[in-house]
Amino acid sequence: MAKGDKVTLANSGWCKRCGICVHVCPTDVLKLGQDRVEIDDIDKCIGCENCELSCPDFVLKVVKVNE
Amino acid sequence: MAVDIYKYLREDKLPHIWCPGCGHGTILNSLVRAIDQTDIDPDKTVVVSGIGCSGRAPGYLKFDTLHTTHGRAIAFATGIKLANPELNVIVLTGDGDGSAIGGNHLIHGCRRNIDLTVILFNNQIYGMTGGQYSPMTPTGAVATTSPYGNIDQDFDLVDLTRSAGATFVARGATYNPRQMTKLYKEGLEHKGFSFIETLDQCPVNYGRKNNIGGPTEMLDWQKEHTVPASKWEKMPEEEKEGIFPLGVIHRKDDPESEYTARYQQIIDSFAKEDE
Amino acid sequence: MSKKEAVLLQGDLAVVEGGMAAGAEFFAGYPITPASEIAEGFARELPKVGGKFIQMEDELAGMACAIGGSLSGKKSITATSGPGFSLKQENLGLGIMIEAPVVVVDVQRVGPSTGLPTSPSQGDVMQAKWGTHGDHPIIALSPSSVKEAFDLTVKAFNFAEKYRQPVILLLDEIVGHMREKVILPDADEIEVWDRKRPPADADKENFNPYEWTDDLVPPMPDYGTGFRYHTTGLFHDKTGFPRGTTEDAKKLMDRMTAKIENNLDEIILYDEDIREDDNIVVLSYGSTARSAVSAVNEARENGLNAGWIKLKTIWPFAEEKVSKLAEKANKIIVPELNQGQLIREVERAAKGQAEVVGINRYDGTLIKPEHVLAEIEGVK
Repeated sequence: MAKGDKVTLANSGWCKRCGICVHVCPTDVLKLGQDRVEIDDIDKCIGCENCELSCPDFVLKVVKVNE
Repeated sequence: MAVDIYKYLREDKLPHIWCPGCGHGTILNSLVRAIDQTDIDPDKTVVVSGIGCSGRAPGYLKFDTLHTTHGRAIAFATGIKLANPELNVIVLTGDGDGSAIGGNHLIHGCRRNIDLTVILFNNQIYGMTGGQYSPMTPTGAVATTSPYGNIDQDFDLVDLTRSAGATFVARGATYNPRQMTKLYKEGLEHKGFSFIETLDQCPVNYGRKNNIGGPTEMLDWQKEHTVPASKWEKMPEEEKEGIFPLGVIHRKDDPESEYTARYQQIIDSFAKEDE
Repeated sequence: MSKKEAVLLQGDLAVVEGGMAAGAEFFAGYPITPASEIAEGFARELPKVGGKFIQMEDELAGMACAIGGSLSGKKSITATSGPGFSLKQENLGLGIMIEAPVVVVDVQRVGPSTGLPTSPSQGDVMQAKWGTHGDHPIIALSPSSVKEAFDLTVKAFNFAEKYRQPVILLLDEIVGHMREKVILPDADEIEVWDRKRPPADADKENFNPYEWTDDLVPPMPDYGTGFRYHTTGLFHDKTGFPRGTTEDAKKLMDRMTAKIENNLDEIILYDEDIREDDNIVVLSYGSTARSAVSAVNEARENGLNAGWIKLKTIWPFAEEKVSKLAEKANKIIVPELNQGQLIREVERAAKGQAEVVGINRYDGTLIKPEHVLAEIEGVK
C-alpha cells in the first residue's frame, strides 16, 4: 500500500458477485452491480488492499495510478 | 510494492469452480503472496491435494501439482519429499479430507516431522458432496447427514497436530488474509512439519443452513469467534468455549529432527564407510 | 568365465536383490506376512546406495508414498500380501490413471480376509487384474522359483519404467518363503531400462505431460525440473487437466490400453516344453508350475504325450498363445491354488477347441506332482 495506489478491476470476468470486497472496503469504493462488482467512487480509494487480499476470485488489484 | 500474484496462477484455468463467497480462493490468494515473500524456487515446488473442494486448489497453481485420492495427499507428499528433499512440498487439504479419511496420515506426518507445509481448509463441512457433517462440524450444527443437529464432537486440530509432533502449528482465518499470508510464509520457511489450519467459509452448505448467513456474515462470525493466541492463553477457561485462538500456536525449531535430514544421516554414514 | 558363486537365497529376498539390480531407489510399505522380508531387505540395502526406505502408517499410505517417490523421479516399489493388497487398490488405480511407474509386490496368502497368513495361495490373480475399480490396463508377473523372483523383479521394474505403468509382481507364500540355491547374474548381464524423460531443451512452457506420442507412452518429467505440470486421477486430456468430456475419457482409456496391447510380444513371458505329439498340456504359473513340470516329466517317462507351459506374465493374458495350444491339444490342465481363476481365461482362449480341466486347492496346501500326474493319466 502506498499513497496514490488505487483499486482496479483486473479480472472483472472472474467476479462471482460474492460481496466480500464491498464488505471489507473501509471507504465504500465498491458496489455490487447487476452481474459483478463495480467501482462506485474511485476517489475514495485509499489503496489499503483489503479488497485485493480478501477477494476469493483474483478480481481486484490495487495499482499505482500516478506513474 | 505491487505483488504479481498472477505469475503463480494458471490464469487459463480461472475462474475457479468454487461457489460465490467460498473462502478457498482467499486461501490461494494468501498462499501465493506468501510464496512470493519467500525465496522458494517455483520450479522446485510441488503442491499436492486430496479430494473435495480443496482438492481442486492445486490445479490453479503454476507449480508441479498433484491431485490424488481422498485423504491421502500427505502420504503422496511424503514420498515426493523423501525421494527428493530439495523440493518444497505443500499439501492443501480440507477438514473432511485431512481430518476424517486422511486423519491417520495427518498425525503420522506430524509424528515424523517431515518437512511438509500442510494447509487445512476448515469450512466445517463436506462441500463437494453437498453438505454432510465432517469431524470439524461443531456439535449441534445442522448438516444434510445431521438433520437433527450434529451429535459428534469436533476435533481441535491444533491440539491434535501439536500433540502428534508437528513442529509448526498455527491457525488463520479467511477474514484476516494478512495474517494468513504471514502464517503461510512462516510455515513454508519452517524446516519440519508445518500445519496451518485455516478457518474458511462455506456459505452454501454451512453458513446459510446454520443461520450464520452468507459470505460476509460468515467472515464477521469468524471475527467474533477468534482471538489472538497471545490473548487466548490469558483467558479464563469458561470464556474459551467456542472461541478459536489465531496465530502461531506452537513452534519448535530443530531442523536436525526433520525426517529427511535424519534419513540423510543414515545415507551419509554409509558414504563415510566407503571413504 | 563368471566368478559368481551360488548363494542360498529366499524368494522375498530375491525380490530385494532383483530390485536393487534393476536400480530401485525408493521403497514405501507396511509390514505384513509373508512379505515383510521384502521391506526388511530394502530397509537394509537402499540407504547403502543413497536410496530411501520408509515404513508408512498403513498399506494405503505405502502405495501412495511409493507413487510419490516415483513422481520425484525415483524407481519405486512397495510390497504386501492379500489384506494389504486390498487396501492398496484405490491408490493403485491412481497410479494407473496418472501413469506412474511403480512395482507392487503381492506375496499371496490364503484369503479372504485374514485367511491363512502363512499358507500359500494364488487367490489374488483376478484381484491383480480387476482389484481397482474401472477398466484399466495392468501388467502382472508371477515367478515360480527364487531365481525367477529375481529375474521377474528386474522385468517388473523395466516394464513399469518403459510403459509408465504400475506392474504387479505376484509371488505366493511358497516362492516368497522358500530358499533355493541360485547364481545371480553380474550387473553387466542385466538389462535395465529407465523411463523416458523429456529432453533437456523441451519447451517447458507448452509441455503436455500426456501427449499422444508414437509409442503411446508420454515422456515423464521428474517433479522439480521446471515443467510445472498437473497430474490428477480425474480423466484428463493431453495437458493433464480434467476436461470431463466423453471424447477425452475414451481417448485416454484407449491410449492407456493400447500402450500395453501393442507390446504383447515383449510383455508376455512364458516358458514351455511342448513336443509335436503332446496332446495334453499343463498350463501353470507360480509355485504350482513346479509340480506341473515335475508331473509332466514323470508322465513322459510313463510314455504319455504331455507337455507344459509356465506363464510368467499372467496379465495381460497370453490369449493368442493359449488359443494356438488349444488348436493342437486335446486337453489343457490348469492347476491353481484357488477355486479356478486363470482357468476362465484359458477357457476363453481355448474357445472349446480343447477340454480345459482345473486342479484346485484353496486350503493352504500345495498341489503335489501326483495330483497333476493323476489328471494327466486320466485317473480320477
